[in-house]
Amino acid sequence: MNSDANPILTLAWTFGVMSLFAVGGANAAIPEMHRLAVDVQHWMTDKQFADVFAISQLSPGPNVLIVTLIGYSVAGVAGALVATLAMCGPTAVLAYYVSRFLTRSSRSRWPAIIQAALVPLSIGLMGASGLILALTADRTWAGALVTAVAAALAFATRLNPFWLLLAGGCLGFAGVI
Amino acid sequence: MPPDSPPVAVPAPDIPESATSTPPGLIALFVAFAKMSLAGFGGVLVWARRGIVDQHRWMTADEFNETFALCHFLPGPNIVNLSVVFGSRFRGIPGGLAAFAGLVGPPVVVVTILAALYARYGEIDALRRILAGVSCAAVGLLLSAVFRMMMPLIKRRDLIGLVILAAVFIAVGLLRLPLPAVLLVASPVSIAISFVVRRRVA
Repeated sequence: MNSDANPILTLAWTFGVMSLFAVGGANAAIPEMHRLAVDVQHWMTDKQFADVFAISQLSPGPNVLIVTLIGYSVAGVAGALVATLAMCGPTAVLAYYVSRFLTRSSRSRWPAIIQAALVPLSIGLMGASGLILALTADRTWAGALVTAVAAALAFATRLNPFWLLLAGGCLGFAGVI
Repeated sequence: MPPDSPPVAVPAPDIPESATSTPPGLIALFVAFAKMSLAGFGGVLVWARRGIVDQHRWMTADEFNETFALCHFLPGPNIVNLSVVFGSRFRGIPGGLAAFAGLVGPPVVVVTILAALYARYGEIDALRRILAGVSCAAVGLLLSAVFRMMMPLIKRRDLIGLVILAAVFIAVGLLRLPLPAVLLVASPVSIAISFVVRRRVA
């Protein structure tokens, strides 16, 4: 649609809108990021998207920084900054005003009802993220096995996730996956 | 303030002397959020709780939970919302900006450097293999987070919640429908159902 528009403006618009729809946080918005970045805008391939997700998990900081990486691949450092601010800004402003409003009228029970209602939605979205990323990342049976073992270990133990990522990287380097 | 927490053996590690600490200044907000953020691999929430509640005692555990619940029900990255709400509660808009800059600024620098390295060396075979392995494990971590979040619904036998969850999963994950359209249908339906259910319980 707006493929010949300025990429920076497209980034700002895309992530600014996504910011307000990202119920359940950044990881729940991954299907939408994948749809827009790979299928709609053709900013990156499926494989590059999986790589970008891996890098964002490897680096410290909030999960939302996957948009920094997408922005960089579209328009360099400026793209990285614009994508990050667009994804964080609108919702941050909203959060500021809603929290001021709620501290003034704290007796309302609507926040609790809305929150309870949105929980299944955000889990469903995160599940969809998991499926889409598994389809792009797990190209071999060994890869799918690594995913399954990492999921089981992270679910059942309190192991620092960093070690699981490191183990995955080592297995990949060894050519197992 | 926080007298509701029982006086357990708290040796007060690096707090000067005041247990009910003074409201943080702008620089303190920036530094505290930068530290939490840079410590947080795979999510900052755990570190935010540790920093805000245990280490600095800027909030009680209950205050923190309430603030986080608010930020969770708003759209957007939860921890980013938390930084803004938290900072502005103490120091107004400048405080919100300071906490936000601390949370996002330093890791953005790290990630941008990684992005530049990936753009230059991403096609090297060894790096490709490493990243392929890391992404397999990272997907596993995400799936485990999904299962953890599902457990309360399963334990409560929350059938309606699980049906909504499955419907959203199918719409977005399998049918690949656009997120805004799915949410515009699913959120009102889900809110209406949980409103009715609550009224029947009450």
